[in-house]
Amino acid sequence: MTFTTEDLQRLFAGIAEDIAAERDHLCELDGAIGDGDHGLAMDAGCQAAAKAVGELDAGIAPTTAFNVAAKAFLNAVGASSGPLYATAFMRAGAAAKGKQTLSDDDFLSVFAAMAQGIQERGKAEPGEKTMVDAWKPAADAALDARRSGKPLPQCFEAAERAARTGCEATSNMTATKGRASRLGDRVIGHIDPGAASAVIIISAMAKFAQHHDGWAVNS
Amino acid sequence: MKTKKLINSGADAVDEMLQGVLAAHPRHLYAVEDMPRAIVARNGPRKGKVGLVIGGGSGHEPTFLGFVGKGLADAAAIGNVFASPPPDPIIACAMAVDGGAGVLFMYGNYAGDVMNFDMAAEMLALDEIEVRTVLTTDDVASAPPDQRDRRRGVAGNVFIFKAAGAACDLLYSFDDVERAARHANARTYTMGVALSPCSLPQTLRPNFLIGEGEMEIGMGIHGEPGVAREPLRPADAVTDELMDSILREMNADRGDRVAVLVNSLGSTPMMELYIMMRRVKSRLDDAGLILHTSLVGNYCTSLEMAGASITVMHLDDELQRLIDHPCDCAMFAR
Repeated sequence: MTFTTEDLQRLFAGIAEDIAAERDHLCELDGAIGDGDHGLAMDAGCQAAAKAVGELDAGIAPTTAFNVAAKAFLNAVGASSGPLYATAFMRAGAAAKGKQTLSDDDFLSVFAAMAQGIQERGKAEPGEKTMVDAWKPAADAALDARRSGKPLPQCFEAAERAARTGCEATSNMTATKGRASRLGDRVIGHIDPGAASAVIIISAMAKFAQHHDGWAVNS
Repeated sequence: MKTKKLINSGADAVDEMLQGVLAAHPRHLYAVEDMPRAIVARNGPRKGKVGLVIGGGSGHEPTFLGFVGKGLADAAAIGNVFASPPPDPIIACAMAVDGGAGVLFMYGNYAGDVMNFDMAAEMLALDEIEVRTVLTTDDVASAPPDQRDRRRGVAGNVFIFKAAGAACDLLYSFDDVERAARHANARTYTMGVALSPCSLPQTLRPNFLIGEGEMEIGMGIHGEPGVAREPLRPADAVTDELMDSILREMNADRGDRVAVLVNSLGSTPMMELYIMMRRVKSRLDDAGLILHTSLVGNYCTSLEMAGASITVMHLDDELQRLIDHPCDCAMFAR
């Protein structure tokens, strides 16, 4: 199975759709421990990325699509999520460099690079109540599944499960990064909104990997 | 229930506000071509002067763009409501104000702002524009004194930017501007209280809930939870609670001079601010402190949040000179 820029256009459109559906819920989660705008930022960023990637010529290399997504997301948003996801997409672009289409393994490298980029830009470790608590275990689980010979859709199923578990675990954590870090124990009992939006994106990628697989088999 | 606002659409609110600001203040401000979120002073930047770029999210007006002008900041990069600007407008501001003596970034200490301004600084380094950064951390409620560098920047920005802008205007060297800016920040203390929430133009829903008879001490200017939720008390008692925290930490000697800002978070009227100011003055008198200058009004708001903050800057000779230095901005002049 291979991925082209045309596939990535569908992926970014799917992510934007799923984030838009959860926009107000993400704002509510953020309102509990932050300033209540996380849903707006993620929605604006994903819409901008989907639009910019959607306007590309389908024959363009995937690395360009990721870089275009990074720039569009960043300039639509700023905030915290802007630099974090822009870095994720730039790293995805670097992982896809020089390839006209992406194999399953390439797509997993892209996914792992996104998680790595977010972690480095945010200077966060797992356990600090951030989106890294969803991204890092998800990337690890996907790579583990691949090493034990699983096909791509199952790797992403494992990633999605790990992301959900990681996100739920943020409820019991205190924060050391971002605005929630000033609240001490008052954030316990609330999941991190950045981890919640990460789950939506990772689920959208898992859904995409599954559908893509079905589509590839049927055609 | 949705809150009522005079907007056309939530998505256009920031850009339409900026169009209105430029329409009202063409002698003071312009936007960089093709970069409407980069607002620059007409008369500020010049060769040999350190350029001062401030910025942050919208919704705090007149912070940040109201403090762009000769003698204060040279440019402001404007973000979405309560969200840091992305690197592009920050870079455009820096390029517009670079006079060859360096560019100083000053903004409140928030994770998003730090990432975006740092990315901008990295990109500017490739163009050989030297950028340094001084974060404002005046919000006493946001971290203990031994973790001062983790605190948020709030209304104290007005005095801290003012001091740094004056240092730039007086043609201090880059090193001295940076030193003066850090010094101004270190001697500025703010404590706030929120009475009712604000709502973002895109959601029109209150961004936090607070009971009818309650107030929240130390709430942040984006509605971040503060240090204590208490029953609302009379203005003097609330002012005392805020001043106690500030004076305890400031640790000033009798006879020292201060600058004071009593700031509305948006919808608290002048009447209430002056009632608080009256109490501030009597607390300063009790402590033997001299009120050198004061500001009362809307300086760093949180949309239509009700509540107020008190900022005290502990002056010395240098800070007094910088605070008294003339400035001519669209929404603030001395």
